[in-house]
Amino acid sequence: MLALKNVEVVYSDVILVLRGVSLQVGQGNIVALLGSNGAGKTTTLKAISGLLSTELGRVTAGSIQLDGVRIDRKAPEEIVKLGIVQIMEGRRVLEHLTVEENLLVGAHLCRNPAQVRRDLEMVYSYFPALTGLRHRTSGYLSGGEQQMLVIGRALMARPRLMLLDEPSLGLAPLLVQEIFRIIKRINVDEKTSILLVEQNAMAALAIADYGYVMDNGRVVLDGPAEKLRDNEDIKEFYLGLSDLGQRKSYREVKHYKRRKRWLA
Amino acid sequence: MTNLLQFLITGILVGGVYALIALGLVLIYKSSRVFNFAQGDLVMLGGFVTWTLLAQFGLPLWASLPVALVLAWMVGLLVERLALRPLIGQPILAAVMVTLALSYFFKGFTILLWSAYRRVFPELVPTAPVKLGEIVLSQHLLWTFVVSVLAFGLLTIFFWRTKTGLLMRAAAEDHQVAQSMGISVKGVFALTWSIAAMVATLGGLLLGSINGVDPTLGAIGLKAFPAVLVGGLESIPGAMIGGLTVGIVEGLAAGLIDPSLGEIAPFLVLLLILLFKPEGLFGLKRIERV
Repeated sequence: MLALKNVEVVYSDVILVLRGVSLQVGQGNIVALLGSNGAGKTTTLKAISGLLSTELGRVTAGSIQLDGVRIDRKAPEEIVKLGIVQIMEGRRVLEHLTVEENLLVGAHLCRNPAQVRRDLEMVYSYFPALTGLRHRTSGYLSGGEQQMLVIGRALMARPRLMLLDEPSLGLAPLLVQEIFRIIKRINVDEKTSILLVEQNAMAALAIADYGYVMDNGRVVLDGPAEKLRDNEDIKEFYLGLSDLGQRKSYREVKHYKRRKRWLA
Repeated sequence: MTNLLQFLITGILVGGVYALIALGLVLIYKSSRVFNFAQGDLVMLGGFVTWTLLAQFGLPLWASLPVALVLAWMVGLLVERLALRPLIGQPILAAVMVTLALSYFFKGFTILLWSAYRRVFPELVPTAPVKLGEIVLSQHLLWTFVVSVLAFGLLTIFFWRTKTGLLMRAAAEDHQVAQSMGISVKGVFALTWSIAAMVATLGGLLLGSINGVDPTLGAIGLKAFPAVLVGGLESIPGAMIGGLTVGIVEGLAAGLIDPSLGEIAPFLVLLLILLFKPEGLFGLKRIERV
């Protein structure tokens, strides 16, 4: 469905951030995009959604295709029309609008009021916590409620592909579990494909079908989610666990760095 | 006592026009965080355009007003396309400076096209004043006030009850989020500038019908500045309250104390209000969750 081929992204004409990223998202799949800070995960999402242009970034080489059609030269509003919606990191609710207004903003491309009402009910059924908060100013919601709201807002656009950037950021573990459960349900019930960027590798791989690991602007590792879950390198890099599940000594950290360099 | 009431009511009526001009400023500030220094000059330009249609082409009011509004719409689109779109993503200050440049451009353009002397509008409403007991009101001012309030009401409904209004409020809040949801921010900017120019043209017609138009009419923007700052830069009802406040303060100070104080008094009140409420009376507080 979505295919990136050797995508290179440059910010402000000088800073090379992505150095040839290739990845694919299949119809109805959840694909996890993992990696440390600064690896280029968010940039990859913004390259797909077209939001790069607002940050002086550009795709300088390679191509991004949706069902065989190139989208890397299109404006963000055209890309949304094609069915790709990005949910940005950091729970970006429209603070001074109410919860319901936020959701209606998501539905603005839909011309059928009855459909919009049905979609509102659908979002409230995924996130019952939002039902009682409809007329609340969204800036005053709690972090978890705001995360639900931005996912709900994207859902209102009835996307074919959702680009989700760090939904677990700054949320309590129980809430993270709940949000991931809902993401999985959306994927199954609405047949929405999802490209998920996460620091919380284990939570992401638990619901994903396939995973990519990025480092320094490149994809360094990829494979089916269950393979990655058992991968020793992933365990080491993301969980800090060695074979024995013990904490590592400094000697082993050096080993980790060496290995990581080798992988890159 | 009669004097006081007379000045108060005249102040309120004049305030209605200030509110209308302030509204243009608020619209643009809300959607793009740009303070439009050219708003007063748009009023002047609109005034000259309607004068031309009414006096030179001899069109009746019902025909000239729509034509003038359509022209204003196009001016708004042109300003957005030629002057502001290249500045998207640049520092806000750059765009604010461009509005200053636009202000001079409009002044020069008007003088070139219409020359600098005052033009008087044909009589649109009867000049005979209305008497309310001992209070004397000009019909012009009354009509001006009614039209201002109507325009205000229409725009308020547009912003809070229509989908386009909702999208404009969304874009005003966060451009990137709006784009991520597929809203064309450029389209929203173009729409705001067009509406602001139309509101300004209406203001130009109303003010012109009272005193005539000349290039100094652009200075009316100076009255709208304290109005928006009092009301809060982002607030549409705030623009109304701010405009009325400026009108009342000006009327009372000029009438009761000293005519030359009328110009300064609104700014004194502004300073006092900002001392206690830095975001203006109805401005948006930045929401900070603890």
